[in-house]
Amino acid sequence: MPVIDLANPTRFLNLVNRALPWLIATTIVLFAIGLFRAMNAPDDYQQGATVKIMFLHVPAAWLGMLGWAVMAISALGTLVWRHPLADVAGKAAAPIGAAFTFICLVTGSLWGRPTWGTYWVWDARLTSMLVLLLLYLGVLALYWTAEDPGRGARTAAVLSLVGAVNLPIIKFSVDWWNTLHQPASVFRIDGSTIDPAILTPLLIMALAFTLLFVTLHLAVMRNEILRRRVRSMRLLQAQEVHA
Amino acid sequence: MELRAEELTCSRGGREVFRGLSFNLAAGQALLVSGRNGAGKSSLLRVIAGLIRFVSGRLTLEGGAAEATIAEQAHYLGHLDALKPALTVAENLEFWAEFLGTRSAIKPALETVDLVRLANLPAAYLSSGQRRRLSIARLIAVPRPIWLLDEPTSALDAPSQKRLAGLMHDHLAGGGIIVAAAHGPIGLERARELKMDSE
Amino acid sequence: MSALISLLVRDMRLAVRVGGGAFMGALFFLIVVTMMPFAVGPDLVLLARIGPAILWLGALLASLLALDRLFATDHEDGSLDLLMMGGMPLELAVAVKGIAHWLTTALPLVLIAPLLGMMLNVELHALGWLTLTLAAGTPALTFIGLIGAALSVALRRGGLLLAVLVLPLTVPVLIFGVAAANAAITGPAPLGPAFTILCALSLASLVLGPVAAAAALRHGLE
Repeated sequence: MPVIDLANPTRFLNLVNRALPWLIATTIVLFAIGLFRAMNAPDDYQQGATVKIMFLHVPAAWLGMLGWAVMAISALGTLVWRHPLADVAGKAAAPIGAAFTFICLVTGSLWGRPTWGTYWVWDARLTSMLVLLLLYLGVLALYWTAEDPGRGARTAAVLSLVGAVNLPIIKFSVDWWNTLHQPASVFRIDGSTIDPAILTPLLIMALAFTLLFVTLHLAVMRNEILRRRVRSMRLLQAQEVHA
Repeated sequence: MELRAEELTCSRGGREVFRGLSFNLAAGQALLVSGRNGAGKSSLLRVIAGLIRFVSGRLTLEGGAAEATIAEQAHYLGHLDALKPALTVAENLEFWAEFLGTRSAIKPALETVDLVRLANLPAAYLSSGQRRRLSIARLIAVPRPIWLLDEPTSALDAPSQKRLAGLMHDHLAGGGIIVAAAHGPIGLERARELKMDSE
Repeated sequence: MSALISLLVRDMRLAVRVGGGAFMGALFFLIVVTMMPFAVGPDLVLLARIGPAILWLGALLASLLALDRLFATDHEDGSLDLLMMGGMPLELAVAVKGIAHWLTTALPLVLIAPLLGMMLNVELHALGWLTLTLAAGTPALTFIGLIGAALSVALRRGGLLLAVLVLPLTVPVLIFGVAAANAAITGPAPLGPAFTILCALSLASLVLGPVAAAAALRHGLE
């Protein structure tokens, strides 16, 4: 089905309603497998079982960035291609991405306390993730204060594109600056440096989280479409009672 | 009850708006203030409402509540509607009913202006005529003897203007006093007239 | 009495529904605090030393933000006229609006202050006392700010004029607030004379602020 067919909100809603139960089931299954493998993965010789926060922290970081990437692509859809559902996709991705970024920061902080001795340092990787969270909160503030969904969507789209410059900064921050956070170990040019015993559960968890993101994203998009319908109906209702 | 103004003089921004204005209004009487734009009609209403201080003269209400000022016994319906778009129709009216008076039920007031169906709609969605009607509902919800109306029929369509005329007659029949500023007739046939000319 | 409550409830409802409410002030506070390490460097020892000052400055600026519209919206839609015609003295109505503003703007700041203090490497045992000094001192910031907000409506100017008018008046609050916070971190007793004076400033402003603001509104709007 070409993307253009999904431009019709009603058809989109029908598709989502049919697909959602399958997505939820698959997500649960993947989480079950991933958590089982994660619990059975070996402990770190230095950190002990604490290292298993990684299975939550790393996917959350990836999804925080994925959320913004979805917003940036949706922004192109809104501003350049004028796809009718693009701004709904962008608005739906924002709270989910923000939540995952927040989870990443909190789990990282809890992990850092026993490992580095402090809950927070102002190093490049942590600060750029914090800036990402601030950007998310700014976009959310923009959506909340816009009276008219259309205008809010266009300004948010511009902000999404501008903020996308932060994503490569986050990715490469640990390489460009000397930081406390460990350098890249999964997505590297010469292959990953993590032992497969930990890498495999990590990738399964990442897949599970990504599917969770997709499920949530579609559900939030559905809610937003319904919300806009309610608003239109209320406007109609007000016009029926003559002035 | 009698509202009495003697030799009222008012100036704003260094410019004298009116001087030596006098009138007497007994219970059940209405005053229609006419004049061109800038003649000071709105300023006169705001002086009676206590929102502007007058430079000289006297303004007294005899027979009203002993401890209350004139402002506390008057309703002011100005150009602005004093409505918050983020609150619903019912929430707006409930607030003014509680703030300005006793805890009166707002449903009868909403019925009088035919806005009950929109009670839970955010005020942002109302047309200007509907907003005007909601302001008028405020006058019904909280009983006060003096009504100060500034161009009350603006933004109202013909049926709503008729309804307002009926409400004004009921108010006068109940012993109230009305001072209204308008460019043309608003449905008060037996009102006394005060023509204000700007110099 | 029910008139007071209804005004308080209305203002709180509006603050939450319009313009992001509690969220916005807290977000601004968070951003200001995040800016500081970019400016002064990530040295945790230095940040711990100036942490209380950063928090107090951030709280001050964030409180000022929402004050701009406090009376302006009521003035623009005609509500202010009607507020002056209720049975309640204008001073009391202004005070109630100030309380609503503190509850919806300053209280969230106080609640996230421990988190921000932790990010600035303030000692954990002192975070509670630091938050308490903010809770005691932010009412002073709000109620002094009322005066500026009333003046800026009366003079029909916004934004920067409000800041210019209010900031000098808040200097004593800032001095004693930071002093009280530092006493909590370094001193022998957590709450000393600086804290007492801070509380006194708040109580005094609770009275003087609304009186001055009401006078400004009355005379400025004629």
